[in-house]
This record gives sequence, C-alpha cells and structure tokens, in this order.
Amino acid sequence: MFSYYVNLALRSLRRNVVLTALMIAAIGVGIGASMTTLTVFRAMSGDPIPQKSHQLFAVQIGNWDPQNRRDYGREPDGLQPQLTYMDSMALMKSHAAARQTAMYVGGFALTPSNPELRPFQIQSRAAYTDFFPMFQVPFRYGAPWAAADDENHADVVVLSAELNDKVFGGANSVGKTLNLDGHDYRVVGVMEHWSPTPKFYDLNNNQFGKAEELYLPFTRAIDAQMPSWGNYNCSGDIGEPGWEGRLRSECVWFQYWAELPSAESAARYRSFLMNYASDLQRAGRFRWLPRTSLRDVREWMDYQQVVTNSARILVLVSFSFLFVCLLNAMGLMLAKIMGRAADIGVRRALGANRYAIFSQCLIEAGVIGLAGGLLGLVLTALGLWGLRVLLSEEVGRLTHMSVTDISIAVALSLTAALLAGLYPTWRAGQVQPAWQLKAQ
Amino acid sequence: MLKMTHLSKAYRTEVVETYALRDFSILVKEGEFVAVTGPSGSGKTTFLTIAGLLEEFTGGEYQLDGANVRGLNDNQRSRLRNEKIGFIFQAFNLIADLNVQDNIDVPLRYRGFNGAERRRRIQDALSRVGLSARARHYPAELSGGQQQRVAIARALAGSPRLLLADEPTGNLDTQMARGVLDLLEELHRDGATIVMVTHDPELALRAQREVHIVDGQVVDLAAQPRMVAAAHAGA
Repeated sequence: MFSYYVNLALRSLRRNVVLTALMIAAIGVGIGASMTTLTVFRAMSGDPIPQKSHQLFAVQIGNWDPQNRRDYGREPDGLQPQLTYMDSMALMKSHAAARQTAMYVGGFALTPSNPELRPFQIQSRAAYTDFFPMFQVPFRYGAPWAAADDENHADVVVLSAELNDKVFGGANSVGKTLNLDGHDYRVVGVMEHWSPTPKFYDLNNNQFGKAEELYLPFTRAIDAQMPSWGNYNCSGDIGEPGWEGRLRSECVWFQYWAELPSAESAARYRSFLMNYASDLQRAGRFRWLPRTSLRDVREWMDYQQVVTNSARILVLVSFSFLFVCLLNAMGLMLAKIMGRAADIGVRRALGANRYAIFSQCLIEAGVIGLAGGLLGLVLTALGLWGLRVLLSEEVGRLTHMSVTDISIAVALSLTAALLAGLYPTWRAGQVQPAWQLKAQ
Repeated sequence: MLKMTHLSKAYRTEVVETYALRDFSILVKEGEFVAVTGPSGSGKTTFLTIAGLLEEFTGGEYQLDGANVRGLNDNQRSRLRNEKIGFIFQAFNLIADLNVQDNIDVPLRYRGFNGAERRRRIQDALSRVGLSARARHYPAELSGGQQQRVAIARALAGSPRLLLADEPTGNLDTQMARGVLDLLEELHRDGATIVMVTHDPELALRAQREVHIVDGQVVDLAAQPRMVAAAHAGA
C-alpha cells in the first residue's frame, strides 16, 4: 500500500499546485533558515578530533598575580590560555605525559627555488614531533621529523599540501630544500590536506582560521628567533629587551598540549602540574597559591567560548522561525486535507479504516516534507554561499555542508512535515463518512 | 441477509434528543430487491448509513449476513463494509483525481487483492456495466449515466453480498435513469441482494418489495411483494 499512497500523494499534490507550492515553500524556507545557522553552529561547536578529544589536554599554569585582575581577558578563572617559555621548557623536559608539545605560531619569508615565484611570507608553526601523532595529522609524502631532530635543533620542515602544491607543483618534495629567511631547511614530510575546524590546538589565535602551511622543530624556531604571529601577552613586567629577554619573561605566547590516554594518567598529570606550580611558589617565583588547569578538547572549547551566546541565540531564533513556518504549513495542510473530506468519506465507505486514511495523509505530508527538504537544502546552500560572499574567509570555512548536515536537513524536514501533518491527518481520520455522504 | 430488530438511532444535543429511527425492524432476505421509501426527513438515509456500517445505532440489534455488528470496532466495521457491502450513491461519489479503473480499484486495494486479481475484477466489472472502453477516462469526461455505471462497477467489483443504493437515479435524466435501473434489475436477476432508498414511488415499483418509513418507523412492513412485470404494467 505504501507505493499506492505515494502515488495518491503525488496526484493530490498536482491537484492544487499553488497550495502545494505554498506548503513546500513554508517548509523549505524554514529548513533553509534553520539549517544555515545550524550548519555554521555545528562547524563551530563540533568535536574537531572525536577519536581523541578526551585524551588531549591543554595545560595552563597561573603565573600571573590573581589579584591583578586588569591583566585578564575573557577567561573566567584568571588563568592565561598560554604559557611562558620557561614553563613550556620545564614541562617538555619532564616528559610527564605519553606525548606532549609546546608550540607557537610565527612566520618566515620563503624564497622559492623556482625563479618564477616571488618570495612570500609563510605562516609557520613551531612544535615538537609529537604534534603530528597527537593531532592525527595525515601525511602524503614522508613523515614527521624524528625526536632526535627536536633535540638537535635540526633544519627540517613539514609542509602542508597547499604549500607543497604552490612551491613544488604537488610533487614529492621530501629531501628538497626550502629557503626560509635566508636559511635552507630540508623537507621531511608533506601533509595531506589537514585543517581542523575550529583550530582547537590554538584557539587563542584565529580559532576558525586555516592550519599553518609550514611546521618546524620548536627548538629550531627558537634558535631562528621566529617571531610570534600570535597573541603575546605580558602582565606588567615585559622582561628584559631582546629575544633572550622574552624567553626569560613572564609573558605568555606558547600553547602546550599533553596526550594522556587514561583517566589515571590525566590524574597523575594534574598532580604533577600542581607539584610543579607548588615548587615554583616555594622557590619564590609565584607569590600566590599554585593554580593549574588541565582541560580536554571539549572542555577547552567551552572554556575558550568557541561558541558564543549570540550564536546559540541565533540558532534558537532560526528554529523558532522554522516553528512558525511549520504552523503555516500545518494550516495549509489542514485546508488541503479537509478540502478532500468528501473523498475521504467515500474511501471510508468503500472500506478504508481510520489507519488507512491516516497513513495516506501522513505519507502525503512526508512527500511534502521531502520536497520541502530538497528546497531547504537549496536555500541552505544559497544561505551559506551568501555568508561566504558577505563575511570573512574565516567564517567562510564554517559554511561547508557535510553529508551529515544534508542528512540532518532531510530528516529535519521530514520530521517537521510529519509533525505539521499530524493534526490535519488526525482530523482526516475523524471524518464521519455518513455525514459526508448525507451532506451530498 | 440484513436484519434489524427494534433498532433506534438518536441524535443528542445538550437540550434535545431527536430520534431518526425508532423501534425500526426490517428483514431483507438474500436475493431480494427492496425499495425503502418515505418522505424527506423520514430516516431513509439514516437507515442506509446504519445498514452500510457508516454510522452506529443507539439501540436494538442489527445482523448483517448472520453477524451481529453491535460493538464492532472501526477496523472490523471497515473490513465488513469492504467485503460485504457495495454502495451506490445518488451523487456517484467518484474520486475526481482517479480515472475509471483507479476508482474501481479503490475498494479492491483496501481488500488486499494482488495486482492480477484487481485487474481481473476491474475488467469484469467494467464489462458488466458496458464501460470497458472508458477505463482510462476521468469522471469529468463521462456523462452522469456513465458515472453512475462506474459507481455500480465499483460497488460490484468486490463481489459484495449486499448492494445499498441511495437514490441511484436522483441525479440522472429519464433515459439515463432507465439504463441504470435496468442494470440494477439485471444484477438482481443474477442473484444480487439490493436495498434501494428512494423517494420516487415509480422507482419503488421496480423493486420486489417496498418498505415505507415515516418518522423513523416502518409503517408498511406488510406490503405485498410485487412483481417487476406488474410495475412495468403500471408504468
């Protein structure tokens, strides 16, 4: 009977094209508006590394005076999201986690060997080799540099796929050299396209921006005095002048992540951090109670307010709009179905029970929902395209529909149409055939 | 085939209770052609809708083909209606969206017949009413008489035990009405049980027997059966 009901639904929809178009438009516009905001919201709030998000932890150490509140930004607990060089190095040397990396974002002037290409600036990330397995970075050619390269401050780099395409035409560039600020670096690996959204490992610097195009050992970047292109925050005392002064200062500009595969290892690391901060207090560097924090990826995103309250309100408003559209669709559906009360009466007289009438009308609502969903997808694509055109590239990265988003849109539309169709369908099932036939 | 005993049907509002049928008894035997007559508002259509299981009754008993229908739920009533009863309405009540064969297909779908069986029954029914050539026409393309014959084909297709006709010629001109009546008589001769509601005394004469209803009660249950030939002679 399902195919029969679908056939009847299509006939019914063709019978009154204007009413059908209005119902589909009501659902489609509602779906389009809600899915546009939901797609962006999901991109903002989604888990960027679901397989490991509960094993990766951002580290914070309270190295600033908690009484000096003016120094603090949006973080509610007064802890800074970044670390000093001193703390970063101390934690790296401890090897207290299964994997760990200190890192920062900076940049170089890259001079391509191809004379046809002009030198250009390239955003780079200084990190330890653990960065790659920790964050599951895929490789097209080669591999990450070795741990020994970190210790030896080796002149090695890993390129993004985009940079490799640009400089080496997409060929395997492993073993080739790249000139950065006048110094040659050997390419050891080329990544596949990789750019998690949001850029959870450095939410303090362009959280929805692209991943960096070039990676080099942290130790080598410090030697090369690669300048920071990210946030560089100091509390009062900015330290001695010069690069060495910066490294010895209480200024924070390094992100620090630890991989802790189990709850026990995370608990041990927390104790380790507190002990580390307590030691610094005893040594006189901190004149306040030791404060540290360890947050996994989801906690870190919440803490850094990746999804703002205004974004949540926008989603709420768009779904309220969908609700209004559904009410309209329900009214139209009710008018359409009750306009066929006579036909329903005849069907009842010919042997249809209430369930059969209910099924027929509900399938008609489902067909409308599917059509509305398709229109909604088109409108969502248009809405996202509009956002890309009107807003920044950063926002544009949030406007790509995934298969999941498309599935959500279709499921939402079907559910919405079925919900909107429930009352009219129930009313159809209540049609008294005797009254309909007597009325004629 | 159809037996109602002391049946009543009351419509109640907060202030008034109106009886459409009161102490209503009737017996229609298998193979009979009975005309139910009466003035407007006498309860003819209410009788027909109750007989057709389209409406529930307030009191009394109703047996259809030996089965007591009191207390049946919607599913059971619908199944019984689909299997045992064929309706012929004054206004034909064809579904405008569906062509002739799809209209006839409606009760067969609810019956659960497979495609081949449905096709066979549709062809048989259309052939019986002489409209095989109109299978793909839509109701709006047919004359009133043809539409009523389609409605009869639809009623016949499921091989019902009882045909209920409500003013089957009420919307037709004389010539078309005669054709439809001839068809009903032919069906009766072939063994169909027919109950026809009409307010037209001449039409009633074509039936074997007439039952007259006034104010919801049968007033002439003892009327003598009349032969169709007599009716023709009278006309």
